[in-house]
Formats: sequence, C-alpha cells, structure tokens
Amino acid sequence: MATRYFGVAMKRREDPRFIAGRGTYVDDLTLPGLTYAAMVRSPYAHARIKAIHTDKARQHPGVIAVFTGRDMVESGVKSLPCGWLLPGMKLPPHYPMAVDKVRHVGEIVAVVIAEDRYVAEDAAALVEVEYEPLPAVADAEKALQPGAPAVHDEAPDNVCFRWSIGDAEKTEEAFRRAHRTVRLHLVNQRLIPNAIEPRAAMAQYNPATDEYTLWVTSQNPHVHRLLMAAFVLGIPEHKLRVISPDVGGGFGSKIFVYPEETIVTWAAKRVGRPVKWTARRRESFVSDAHGRDHITEAELAVDERGKILGLRVRTIANLGAYLSTFAPAIPTYLYGTLLSGQYEIPAISCEVTGVFTHTTPVDAYRGAGRPEATYVVERLMDRMARELGEDPAEFRRKNFIPPDKFPYQTPVALQYDSGNYEGALNKALEMINYKELRRQQEELRRQGRYIGIGLSCYIEACGIAPSQVVGSLGAQAGLWESALVRVHPTGKVTVYTGTHAHGQGHETAFAQIVADELGIPIEDVEIVHGDTGSVPFGMGTYGSRSAPVGGSAIVLSLQKIKEKARKIAAHLLEAAEEDVVFEDGKFYVRGVPDRFKTWGEVALQAYLAHNYPPGLEPGLEASSFYDPKNFTFPFGTHIAVVEVDPETGKVKILRYVAVDDAGRIINPLIAEGQVHGGIAQGVGQALLEGAVYDENAQLLSASLLDYALPRADDLPAFEIDHTVTPCPHNPLGVKGIGETGTIAATAAVVNAVMDALAPFGIHHLDMPLTPQKIWKAIQAARAA
Amino acid sequence: MYPAAFDYYRATTLQEALSLLKQHPEAKVLAGGHSLIPLMKLRLASPSALVDIGRIAELKGIRRTDGTVVIGALTTHREVEFSEALKQWCPLLPEVAAQIGDPAVRNMGTLGGSLAHADPAADYPAAMLVLGASMKAVGPGGERMIPAEAFFVGMLTTALQPGEILTEVHVPVLGPGTGWAYEKFPHPASRYAVVGVAAVVRVEGGVCREARVGITGAAPKAFRATAIEQALAGRPLEEATIRAAVEKAVGPEGLLSDPFASAEYRAHLCAVLARRALLRAARRAA
Repeated sequence: MATRYFGVAMKRREDPRFIAGRGTYVDDLTLPGLTYAAMVRSPYAHARIKAIHTDKARQHPGVIAVFTGRDMVESGVKSLPCGWLLPGMKLPPHYPMAVDKVRHVGEIVAVVIAEDRYVAEDAAALVEVEYEPLPAVADAEKALQPGAPAVHDEAPDNVCFRWSIGDAEKTEEAFRRAHRTVRLHLVNQRLIPNAIEPRAAMAQYNPATDEYTLWVTSQNPHVHRLLMAAFVLGIPEHKLRVISPDVGGGFGSKIFVYPEETIVTWAAKRVGRPVKWTARRRESFVSDAHGRDHITEAELAVDERGKILGLRVRTIANLGAYLSTFAPAIPTYLYGTLLSGQYEIPAISCEVTGVFTHTTPVDAYRGAGRPEATYVVERLMDRMARELGEDPAEFRRKNFIPPDKFPYQTPVALQYDSGNYEGALNKALEMINYKELRRQQEELRRQGRYIGIGLSCYIEACGIAPSQVVGSLGAQAGLWESALVRVHPTGKVTVYTGTHAHGQGHETAFAQIVADELGIPIEDVEIVHGDTGSVPFGMGTYGSRSAPVGGSAIVLSLQKIKEKARKIAAHLLEAAEEDVVFEDGKFYVRGVPDRFKTWGEVALQAYLAHNYPPGLEPGLEASSFYDPKNFTFPFGTHIAVVEVDPETGKVKILRYVAVDDAGRIINPLIAEGQVHGGIAQGVGQALLEGAVYDENAQLLSASLLDYALPRADDLPAFEIDHTVTPCPHNPLGVKGIGETGTIAATAAVVNAVMDALAPFGIHHLDMPLTPQKIWKAIQAARAA
Repeated sequence: MYPAAFDYYRATTLQEALSLLKQHPEAKVLAGGHSLIPLMKLRLASPSALVDIGRIAELKGIRRTDGTVVIGALTTHREVEFSEALKQWCPLLPEVAAQIGDPAVRNMGTLGGSLAHADPAADYPAAMLVLGASMKAVGPGGERMIPAEAFFVGMLTTALQPGEILTEVHVPVLGPGTGWAYEKFPHPASRYAVVGVAAVVRVEGGVCREARVGITGAAPKAFRATAIEQALAGRPLEEATIRAAVEKAVGPEGLLSDPFASAEYRAHLCAVLARRALLRAARRAA
C-alpha cells in the first residue's frame, strides 16, 4: 500500500462547510408544521410535587399542548435505562419528566408545545407547580452521613454501589513494610461540559407508516435508537430512525439518552405535528450530564530505594440524582483500572462508593475516569518525590514499567499492550530543557518569583473492548464497531461508519485510510455517519475509540473488497488470482505492470458482471464488525511551567510541552488539534472550572458569566511532539488521541502550581486553583 | 434566550426619543444592547417597550471644547479605545476601554449604555470618578450636568430620572505632569472587573500635588479611595510611600463577596492594584 495520505497533515475536508456556516445542525432543521417545546424545570433541588396546574398555559394563545410526567407514565413510557450495571447496584427509576418528586434543580416537570419557541417559553412560565420543598444535599460526603436527606427510597443511605478492585490484603501488607508513605485528600471537582452547540432534538411521527424520525445531537445515534425504542418508548426499533447531523462538540455529554429527546419523540405522535427543542445555555448547565466529582483519599508506599510498594485509594463518586446512561462505569472500570499509571506497582487496592445526591446526573466527560485516575497517581508521585527529596522526573523514571515488560499485566485488571514511557519522558524533558529550567527556577526564586514545573506521565485506555470482557464487567452493550464500504460502479467509494464525528474530523481521517488502501484520490471517498437509516449499526464515538475500533472496521471491509476485486481483476487479466498485484489503484500480473486494469474498470465490471468470474456474486461492497482484542493504551509526558503571582495568587502558564504516543498517527494536524483542545480542557479543570452548589443544592455556577471556561488568553502556545509505539493488535497500529490532553494536563498544571508554592510549605490545594484560594494559602503559610 | 414580548421603537433624533419615552414611561432605552439584551434574554428584565437610540447621529462622536473632551453617549468602546483625540487628551479612557469584554463586545457596546446601566463591575466608573467627568442628561425638563460622584447611585442605579437620556460625557483634558493608569483584575468567566483601579496623579517638582484613585468592581458602586489619595498628597511618589498609602486603605466592610472573591480578597486586591496603578501613573507623570 502506497501511503499518499496516511500520516499526512491534511487540512480537514469538513472545515470549509463549518467555517462558512454551511454546517447543518439540529436547530437549523425545520419541517412543515413544526412546533416548539419549552421545558418547565424544577427550581428546587428536592421537592414533592403536590399539584401541577396547566390550565393557564393551555389557554395561552399559540399553545398546542401541555404534558406532565403523569401523562407520559400513564401512556406507558418507562424509565430511562442505565447502560452499565454493577453487582448490587441500586437502580431507581428515572422518568423523562418527574412524577411525584423532583430530585435536582432543572429536572423537567412539564413540557409546553406551542407554535413558536417564544410562545412556548411564555406559556411555560404560566404552568403552576405546587412544590413542597424538602431538604437537599449536593455534596457526596455529606450525603453519606447519617440523617442526610435520601434522594431515593430505594437507597435510604444514598449509596448506589460499593465497588472495589485490586488486592486489599496485599496492599495492607505493602503498607506495613513501607519505608515511607504519603497521603493526599483530593477533590476532583465537578465539571460542566458546555459543548458549543447546545443539545437539541426534533422528532416527527408519520401516521401513514407508523414511523418516527428523531434528529438529535447524539454521539451514538444507534445506541440512542436502541435505548429509546426498546426501553423507554416501546417503539419497534425498526420504526424509529435516528439522525445525528453535524454536531458541535460533545465531550461525552451527547452520549447519553436524555429526557428531552424522549419527550419530543413521544409528544410528536400525541400532537400529530413535529416537535423541536433546543437547549438554552442555562438549560445546558442544569441538564447536560456533568463530569468528575470525586472525593478521594489516596496513599502511596515506597521501599528504601524509592521503589513503589503499594497504592491505596478510597473514592466517593457523586453520581447526581439519577443514573445517567453510563454513570456507573466511569468511576469504576474507567477509573480504578487505570490506577497503575505508567508504573510498576506490586499492590493496588481501590474502593469506590457511588453516591446519589440532589444534583444533575454525572457521567462521562472527556477522559471519563482516566483524568481522575491520572490526577490521583500523578499527584501522589509528585508528593512522594518531594517527601523523598528526589527529582520528580527521576522518581517517575525509576518506577516506570520498562519497555521489555509489555504486554504488562497490572494488578487492576488491565493488560497494557505496548509502551515506552521513558522515551516520551526523555523527549519532553529535552524539549523543555529541564535541567536548565530547574536552575532558572532556583535563580528566580531568589528574586522572589515563584516558578513551578509540573510533570504528568499519563496512561490512557481507549477503545474499550473486547465485547465479551466488557459484558462480563457490566456493560449492557457490545463495544465493537461496524463499517460498510460500498464501491460504486464508477469506483467511487462511500463508507458508512458506526462512529460519529462531532469535531473529530473523521470525514478526513477515515478517507485518508480508504484512499490509501484503494489507491484512489481522497476526493473519491465519502464518509457517512450519524444516520440509523443508512449506517447498518454502530456504537458511536467516545472513549477515543473511533480510530482504533472504527478505523479498524473500515480496514477489514477494505480487505474484503480488495480480495473480491482481485478475483474480478484476475479474470479480466486472464491470470491466476495469486499472481495479481494491486498497487496504486491498478491491478496487474506480477512482473507485467504495463498491462493493467484500473480500480474503476474492476469496479464497473463488478456491477456489469458481463465478463466475470463464474460463481462470483456481482456488486462490490463489504461490511465488517471489528471487535478489538484489547483496549489500546496511549501514553505520554506533559510538562507545565507556571508562575504564581504571590500577591494576587494568580497563575500564569509560561510554557506547556506535550509528548504523546498514540501509536501511528493518521493525520498529524487533526491529532495536534485534539491535543490542543484536550490540554485547554485539562487546564480549565486545574485553574478555572468547577460547579458550585450552595447548601440547598442550588447550582450557583449556572451561566458562562460565572463558570469559567478556558480561553485563548489563558493558555500559552503549546509545544507538541510525539513518539510512536504502534498498537500491536489492531490493523492500523493506531491508538486514540482524543482525550490524552485532558487526561494529562490537569495533573501537570496542578503539580506545577504546587511546585511553585513549595517554598511556602504548601503541599496541596484542591482545584480549581483560583487566585483567591492560592492567596489564602500563602497568607496562612506566612502567618504560620 | 427567548425574551418576553416587547414593543420596539426606533428614534432618529433625540427629541423623538424623548417624546417616545414620555409616551411609554415603562420603556427602557436601548443603545448598544450589550447589557440590556442579555438581561432580557434571561427574562431578568422584561420591559414592555424599548426605545432604540442607537441610530441618533447627534449622540455620536468625540470633540474638544476648551479644556473639556465631549464624548457622545453612543461612542462605542472600540471608538474610545482607538480614538486619537482621547489618546492625546485623556489617554486613561482608551486604556480602560481596551480592557472591556472582547472585540465583539467593544464593537457594539457604548460608553453611555455602560454608564447608564451602572453595573458595579463595569470598567468605566472608576475612570469617570478620577477624571472628574460629568454626565449630560437630557429630559422633559431640559438638560443638566451630573458629576460622576453623584451619577453612580448604587448597584444598577444612576441619578438619571425617568424620561431622561444620557447624551454626553464631559471629561476634563489631562494637564501636563499628569500620569494615569487602569489596573484590572478580571473575572475569568465574565471578564468584568473583580476589582479595577483607576489612578490619576499630578506631579510638580517631584511631589504629588493631587492623587485620585477610583475603584470599581469591589463594592455595589464605584468609589474613590480617599484614604490613599490623602496619604499621597504633597509627597514624592516613591514605591515605599505608595506601598504604605495603599496598605489596608480599603477594608472589607461593605465590599461585594461571591464564590470567586470574598470581601477580604477584594480588599486585598484593591491595595495591590492601587499600588500597581499608582506606580505606573507616577512613571507616566515623571
């Protein structure tokens, strides 16, 4: 295969459409007779619904219908399902609209459907809900205290599950013989995703065919269809078509099945007209699944040589008021299993308590469990290095899993496929000129300037698989991916992938793979995704799975197609199949390259079947379902250099170096963009972002005036490079790159700030590291 | 993002705007729309009518009369930021305007709109106080000049009476030996001032003849830090002097407090930013 495209930093083919405003998002769509929904949401975190008076709203001019939770349940609508079940887990019902009680601010209690959105909003304000406010709890630790208000009767102690991994006894033993131990209390604060395009849904019901069509901002339209049809609405799966057109960012928040899309789909049949809803930003804040929200006690033990003996972690994970689609998996199998990091840790023990609170549900947010794990491990590594008086880079190096130990079985279930951790560390140290930087840091400290250098040596597990294993761990879905590749009679190619792009650039990266495999121009390749009406099936895009799993499925289909095409070419060339070579889009008999059949000629013959191998079916298309043998494990080292203004406590990032290893890179430009965005979000968590609930579980940070997302001027120019350690078990040798930045950056920045603050004797502060928090800590340190 | 229904009137002259306001006493005045429209979209404000003054030509432009710069209320932040006239006669204002919001906001938002809205965290009020600016208000009873000290009454409240429109801002030209600076500590989300300090100093013969320090963002309305001003008058503007003058000059009592910045932290920022502003102003005066 000639690689004319693979590895080339091509500009994204989809960008001209996005940049010119020609994208098609759900809210851009309209239909004849379209109506608009406005949601009536609870202002209380916890309250009994005594009555809902909808008369005034119904009588408002332009209002078509008003529905409540009772209307839905009485018509047979079921609870939203949870897609990952843990043993002994409590699974209270989660109806699209509250029926008897509301359990978080923003929970939907009624929907108004009107001729336009303004009228719908006016009428929503006329729906009178009689609430009996009840005590509420937002903090997971407080929710576990005796006497805390219970979120659900099914879980009076607010415990959804208790889960553990590793070997508790062996870990106890390791700590008993430890030379030195360190302990950190870490709060991994709640984040609010804020994709630039708010969630939206538009549904249509066709009474002639009894079919529904739902356009929805989904990262996985087939999963949406399956869960909504089979579990919530009882629509036969083949009678519901789900289309996810251009989607403006997801970061996980558009994986899940939410109340709103089930409401508009159900309502479209009831009102006999299509219904559209688009979230206002305020609705996004209270209704998009939030991320993170862990409280963790973590301890690390080392022997006399500074080699790690054991790691003990106890985490309380806030799940919010209801279980979002994949909520139970995030603080367990995507977190506890990553706690070995890049290190040889003989004994690990991790216990996680999943807790209900009166807050917005929590689920996957970019990185999903892996940033939380990296934060625990990398904060401990820094803390221990300081405790031992060792350089943090050298302490890490000493404990790395060496390259000759792969595949490496960790004590927390995973088997790492490949890695060269020292290679990435060395490259990053070189790029930042580490020794000289440490010298400058010393010198500047003498001048009263507080520079900090922070490392984060992270591991990611992406392309979660294989299906049999994840099924045994509680997943209610397979995690393979499908690809249908259709070659048209003219040799042009359409690929129907089960992944979905909402910023990832699949229309370019996947086309690069196809164009190389078939030796055709990239312009001849079209990538189709996001429509259950055309794509056979798919699990969607999250967990950095698209290239390793979705890309591999495409390769399998291309192999099948090339095999068949070779048969056709052999017939045309009157040669034995095994003598036919396929190169640069031409088939020829080995040694006679001048006598060839082009890709187009062969494709045409597949459809004419005039001069054709006997017994061979006409047509040229193939579909594949690729189920990976294992996860794949990207890794790398990120280094942040910060300066803290000791007067105001403000942190400025001076430099940021990222060395990532995601195996072979399909498109370096796209990969770099992913790393940039990921770092920005990781920095956001470290310095800026954080949901703030008050004692009544009211969300105080419910707008972009209060909730600080990172902006260009918060960030330095990133210095980015990579190493290449191919994935040994997928056909492309690729790993995932979509989340590495987020996974690495948070710990790198916090470690850097703590390094800057070390002269004050400050060992740890919780995120976000706001100026006030740092200022207070410095004040306290100076007073002490 | 869906405001309640309202009537919309567009005035093309000031007289027309005044008569529209008289006919519709519940109406709000719309200029650049960067404060009012977001409130309406969130339904925190639901005026029954808007009188759009955005196209009234006589409210635009910057001119000088004797010792005063007259700035039309509809002058955008962007125009203030890039005005050669202001850079020459009152360079503090371009320095302030450059730190408002982002370019999109600065292109649409207006000086008069910002002042009339009186957000406690807006940038201009601190500068207006230290510049000794006056606001010209025109209403049914004629026109009047309101000094900045009297203009800002409280949170989102000014001395403007119902039916009155802010038409001009009069700012004395900065004389020789005068230094200025604006130091802002922006909120990372809103980019409004958590604390903003404007300073103007007049130095003669190495001695500070007059220092004016205005603080925005810290309290429900912008105020002058008179303790700092008095401590500096008549003294050379050396770093140690300034440092001593700002130390604990603003206490936390009466200051705003929110999850991002407590009253104590705001008081501390007042001192830090006042020192930084005064040092820069002193260098410019020299």
